[in-house]
Amino acid sequence: MPEIKKIATRESYGNALAECGAEYKNLVVLDADLAAATKTGVFKKAFPERHIDCGIAECNMVGIAAGLATTGMIPFVSSFAMFAAGRAFEQVRNSVGYPHLNVKIGATHAGVTVGEDGASHQCNEDIALMRTIPGMVVICPSDDIEAKAAVHAAMEYNGPMYLRFGRAAVPVINDNPEYHFEIGKGVVLKEGKDVTLVATGGCVSASLEAAEQLKAQGIDAEIINIHTIKPLDSELIIKSATKTGLVVTVEEHSVIGGLGSAVADALSENHPVLMKKIGVNDVFGESGTAAQLLHKFGLDAEGICQSVTEFYKKNK
Amino acid sequence: MNKLELEKTANEIRKGIVTAVHSAKAGHPGGSLSAADIMAYLYFEEMNVDPKNAKDENRDRFVLSKGHVAPALYSTLANRGYFPVEDLKTLRKLGSYLQGHPCMQHVPGVDMSSGSLGQGLSAAVGMALSAKMRGKDYRSYALCGDGEIEEGQIWEAAMFAGFRKLDNLVVIVDNNGLQIDGKVDEVCSPYPIADKFAAFNFHVICVDGHDFDDLKRAFDEAKTVKGMPTAIIAKTVKGKGVSFMENQVAWHGTAPNDEQYEIAMKDLERMDK
Repeated sequence: MPEIKKIATRESYGNALAECGAEYKNLVVLDADLAAATKTGVFKKAFPERHIDCGIAECNMVGIAAGLATTGMIPFVSSFAMFAAGRAFEQVRNSVGYPHLNVKIGATHAGVTVGEDGASHQCNEDIALMRTIPGMVVICPSDDIEAKAAVHAAMEYNGPMYLRFGRAAVPVINDNPEYHFEIGKGVVLKEGKDVTLVATGGCVSASLEAAEQLKAQGIDAEIINIHTIKPLDSELIIKSATKTGLVVTVEEHSVIGGLGSAVADALSENHPVLMKKIGVNDVFGESGTAAQLLHKFGLDAEGICQSVTEFYKKNK
Repeated sequence: MNKLELEKTANEIRKGIVTAVHSAKAGHPGGSLSAADIMAYLYFEEMNVDPKNAKDENRDRFVLSKGHVAPALYSTLANRGYFPVEDLKTLRKLGSYLQGHPCMQHVPGVDMSSGSLGQGLSAAVGMALSAKMRGKDYRSYALCGDGEIEEGQIWEAAMFAGFRKLDNLVVIVDNNGLQIDGKVDEVCSPYPIADKFAAFNFHVICVDGHDFDDLKRAFDEAKTVKGMPTAIIAKTVKGKGVSFMENQVAWHGTAPNDEQYEIAMKDLERMDK
């Protein structure tokens, strides 16, 4: 078996911006002294006059982006999820969300796979924060192909958007000619009849891997990739839940307010089924390697398989 | 406009402010009245704007960073012809486009939504930066409160503007000396304001914010400054023009009752003569 290619979605973010720079003359990329980490350096190199380093001042960066957007520019604000969604939350809400300005927030280093930096930098709350802002689109791509497609789609979409990227390399799973990205459309990656796994971001590839292990135990899991958490593809999730009767959500985010909560909202109002939310269980992270942390929080294939098996056996 | 016309216009703006806040039974008259002359000068003399072409991409931009004085902005825009003066009476009422704080999507002439203090200056900086990046020659103006500049984001924005030499940016500080909890120099003093902006690489001009000759001198001087943004520190009187509101912190965010409204309007009508 050939070795699976792995790329961090933050790399894809920077590369996609560089790809878009020539076509979109009004694209501006802003950073807050983290260009080396957010991987916007490739854009900066190609279009230095359209890269603005705001220094270590995320709140001001978001406000400047809002001002740029009022004049027809397409600003991409780049920082770690902790600072873009966390520190600058109120600026995003009031200076971008309320006036519904065309500002894109490229948030890298989301979730526990930030790794060694530890809990202060591991943002497990950003999806929850961003999805409560009216009109905000929230996207969490699963791999390199999807991350690039999301950035290209963001260029054509007029309105505020939060794009969530990871620090750690994740397997490329969407490298096929049929792949098509559409904002708000979930993707069934594997059909199954026993249980539905709804995953986002790096957890999609882990869920696919878990599905193989579940199969060995006689559990036929359906795998849905939800790259757009808001607006949520409720129809697809309800359809799958109607078929399998059991839903498990998988995300590198708090179980409070993220994908799991969004799915629970959709199902409880339309087709209530038993659910299990796999994610960070209302605790802070800690230092460690990305792999160690995914394992600790039960977000690797092994952990997902174990949680799904327990949930399935208890309820089917 | 000559000085007398500007004074008359500012007085009309003040009447609109008092009428709007009285009608709303809520709002911020004190800081609106202190800013009225500055607003009159900006929209009737200084800025290149046209109510008939409110979205012209080459227009000068204005951000009311101290967004709670929306009545001052609304009354100025209405008197300038962006929408009917009569609509000022819908301020803060359910369904009105004149929200408690400015909403750019619904109010003709509003270039940026604001209200949460400290954020507007950053947006004005973004507008100025955009002009520089695209070779446009419009100018960007932001009005801040002297209490508002206690917000850290103001100084993030000032640092950026000074560093980037945004000489198409003018920050006006409405230095009326009062904030909700009392005198600014007794709550958490922002002084020395001029020295602070100078330290952030601004060209600083101190003026009497109620003297149109002084305002003209300052804004004209700002246009001659190259390679740095300008900060105009305007000494003002909170509640200016309404006898019982002047320098009274209680009138920061209180609406006049019917009786007080009559007195206020009489004060302002007397100034017409």
